[in-house]
Amino acid sequence: MSTGTTSPPAHWSRPPLIKATWARHTLTVLVLLYLVWSLNSLEVDWERVAKGLPRAADIFSRMVPPDFSRWELLSRGIIESLEMAFAATIAGMVIAIPLGLCAASNLVPKPVYLIARSIIVVTRTFHEVIVAIFFVKIFGFGPLAGVLTLIVASISFLGKMLAEDIENMSPGQVEAIKATGASFPKMLIYGVVPQILPRYLGVSIYRLDANIRHSTVVGIVGAGGIGQTLSATFSRYDYDFSLAILLAIIALVFIGEFFSSWARGKLR
Amino acid sequence: MLAISGLTKTYDTGTAALRNVSITIDEPQVVAIIGPSGAGKSTLIRCINRLVEPTSGSVELNGEVLTALSNKELRRARRHIGMIFQEYNLVERLTVMENILSGRLGYVSFWRAYRRNYPPADVSAAFRLLERVGLEGYHDTRADSLSGGQRQRVGIARALIQKPELLLVDEPTASLDPKTGRQVMRILVELAHEQNTPTLINIHDVQLAKTFANRVIGMRDGEIVFDGKPKQLTEKVLTSIYGEEDWSTEAADADEDDAPLAKVAKKAKTVKASKK
Repeated sequence: MSTGTTSPPAHWSRPPLIKATWARHTLTVLVLLYLVWSLNSLEVDWERVAKGLPRAADIFSRMVPPDFSRWELLSRGIIESLEMAFAATIAGMVIAIPLGLCAASNLVPKPVYLIARSIIVVTRTFHEVIVAIFFVKIFGFGPLAGVLTLIVASISFLGKMLAEDIENMSPGQVEAIKATGASFPKMLIYGVVPQILPRYLGVSIYRLDANIRHSTVVGIVGAGGIGQTLSATFSRYDYDFSLAILLAIIALVFIGEFFSSWARGKLR
Repeated sequence: MLAISGLTKTYDTGTAALRNVSITIDEPQVVAIIGPSGAGKSTLIRCINRLVEPTSGSVELNGEVLTALSNKELRRARRHIGMIFQEYNLVERLTVMENILSGRLGYVSFWRAYRRNYPPADVSAAFRLLERVGLEGYHDTRADSLSGGQRQRVGIARALIQKPELLLVDEPTASLDPKTGRQVMRILVELAHEQNTPTLINIHDVQLAKTFANRVIGMRDGEIVFDGKPKQLTEKVLTSIYGEEDWSTEAADADEDDAPLAKVAKKAKTVKASKK
């Protein structure tokens, strides 16, 4: 205001994310180099691609038309998959609650938090298929191994989501309940549960949808459900029945998806 | 009634929020605590019910040394200390009734609380308070569909259903428009006087403090720099609390829309004129 004669600058641009110019340019060059190198290292064997194409054409031609004549076998597999998904989701929801509470850093002492988080990390490390192979080795082929696999996956997923929701809740509402002299359990049901319940149910419904999809996958390693039926048809070159199963799975996943988004929309 | 002595709070970050603060309230009066942001007002009232754990010093309420209590005893003591917050801190997804009744959580069993099965006396007290704060008929409304002023009224009802021996109020009007703010203050102070509850109110608005408080405490940098009657809040005192500022601008040019801005504009004009 004291120097009224100098006019303010008329140019302004957003400050760059990386301030040092040399670092910015070096990074750009490195990213480009990596892109070129990774494209070169793909090593696509065109001969094998050429051999594979007619084979694919053969398989696809034998798939059409899909064979729905063994619909009893098909529906038994689908129902088994659905049963696995429902059982696993419900068991997962129940077990994830204590795990999620213990994995929320704003609720529990540090040692409890660390133990709960480690359980989540370890169970999340292994892909469903690996867990399924493990359970099949222990309990043999069939849906028991599949359900246990999906339970493990559901617990770690729901537990992690729950813990993160609890950590992100509004501390003010909890503080107000604490200030009335409420004990920890009462604080949970009045301060925490109302804040996280709708989202927890939403995430659980999403998990049900995911479990329906995963139940078809774990079957391939022998853990029951429609996936097991599918894998059997492939090894018997029963491609027309395979296509029927694949179409059924697609329909199932579609229904799951629509149900999931409808139900989550209803929750508020 | 309330005796705070030598209260000190140093946060883990090294910030000294309170330095050796002592306050005695020995009659049921409304005490306003004023001071700039960061002066330690919020820390002070949170150290009383130990939502913030003081580093040293003691707080005594009606003969009970709050700072010496075990966790369990502290929960019992908190039942008699009502608290009202700037952001209302209602449980958003619960109904107005559940929010008010949550003030009785310290008295009912877990299962009664879980099933929302409160004693008839609590329920009728809640309905009475609801009417008293002007929200008759709102008992089944969810807290997140209320306006700011309505939420703060529920906050007041939640604190008063505790039948508190002390009311702690943290910036009750800072999120409200001036008119709603005054209404909320009026209800709050009326109820505090009616129930003979000593009340500590952190407040930014000096005018509201002067209007509604029996006593004003000024804080700066974690220390008490003023303690007296609202009448004694002169410009000199305000400067000692908040620092140098032209406290008279709001009175001057009162006929213009925005007095302080108009003054600045005038100054700018004179500067320009002198340059030529």
